[in-house]
Amino acid sequence: MQDEVLERAASWRAGNRRVALATVIATWGSSPRPVGSQLAVDHAGAMVGSVSGGCIEAAVAHEAQQVIADGEPRLLDFGVTNERAWEVGLACGGRVEVYLERVE
Amino acid sequence: MKAETLERLVRARAEKRPVALVTDLGTGLQTLVYPEAVHGSFSLDGAMLATVRDYLRADRSGVIQSDDDSRLFVQAVCPRLRLIVVGAVHIAQPLAPMAMLAGYDVTVVDPRRAFATDERFPGITVDQGWPDEALAALAPDARTAVVTLTHDQKLDDPALTVALHSGAFYIGALGSRKTHAARLGRLRAAGFAEPALARIHGPVGLGIGALTPAEIAVSILADITLALRQGTTV
Repeated sequence: MQDEVLERAASWRAGNRRVALATVIATWGSSPRPVGSQLAVDHAGAMVGSVSGGCIEAAVAHEAQQVIADGEPRLLDFGVTNERAWEVGLACGGRVEVYLERVE
Repeated sequence: MKAETLERLVRARAEKRPVALVTDLGTGLQTLVYPEAVHGSFSLDGAMLATVRDYLRADRSGVIQSDDDSRLFVQAVCPRLRLIVVGAVHIAQPLAPMAMLAGYDVTVVDPRRAFATDERFPGITVDQGWPDEALAALAPDARTAVVTLTHDQKLDDPALTVALHSGAFYIGALGSRKTHAARLGRLRAAGFAEPALARIHGPVGLGIGALTPAEIAVSILADITLALRQGTTV
């Protein structure tokens, strides 16, 4: 299910692009993409793959720029109950936990 | 993630080796678990290793708790799925690109040169070998589906024979119920027992009222998906 995302991330990195990798690590309720789904983001904002049906990709890509800058992996929690500043609700009412890391 | 770790993941998939990426969600450290080896920044005890390999065998990803209460995320990275289509016929033309979109590496096998042309299958790997030899060389495994579409027992039967001796997760054969009954009779006579014959999905495809080649391709791909995701194979 993560077909092509890892390959694309590797080729981006080999081409000296700075890359962050987001992975769905847990889901609750309805969620459009299963655990293990991945999204790669480069420093210019190019994306390949997905971690939702398009609901949270923009927020993940935004956070990815921070990860690319400081190298600190992050756990992001998206859902109706989330209260953090960068909260983006899922229209389906589900909840998704995403692990975001930089490719060194 | 270390660039080296990413390269190892990509290499494993290219070499058709399953590998699990285990991430300590607290520290960000990562270890790769192969069926016969471990490589990475931390070690796992025997029980944890067994759990990770269970996930890998099931192509399943998820969070597990280690003994010291750290959360570990196991990501199963499995070789790409493959579809081997025997018969470069009209139905194969939409089926091959549809399966590629669904993430399969597709090979179309047909020794009949008029059918197996690059013009009819742009961008698809076409093998003009005899089905039994071609299939034996392709060595179907648990990540492989095999579908026979030729309607010609001289081509379909040898392919099915090799497929039934393999670990293919899906084996399908095009043909009416009558044709399929006759096919099963021949394979039975060739020595296959009922549990083996029951692995063949025939007539191939989910019953969605498909009429055109593209619709039949949808029904075949849907049936393969059902077998993959819900394990309806024997």
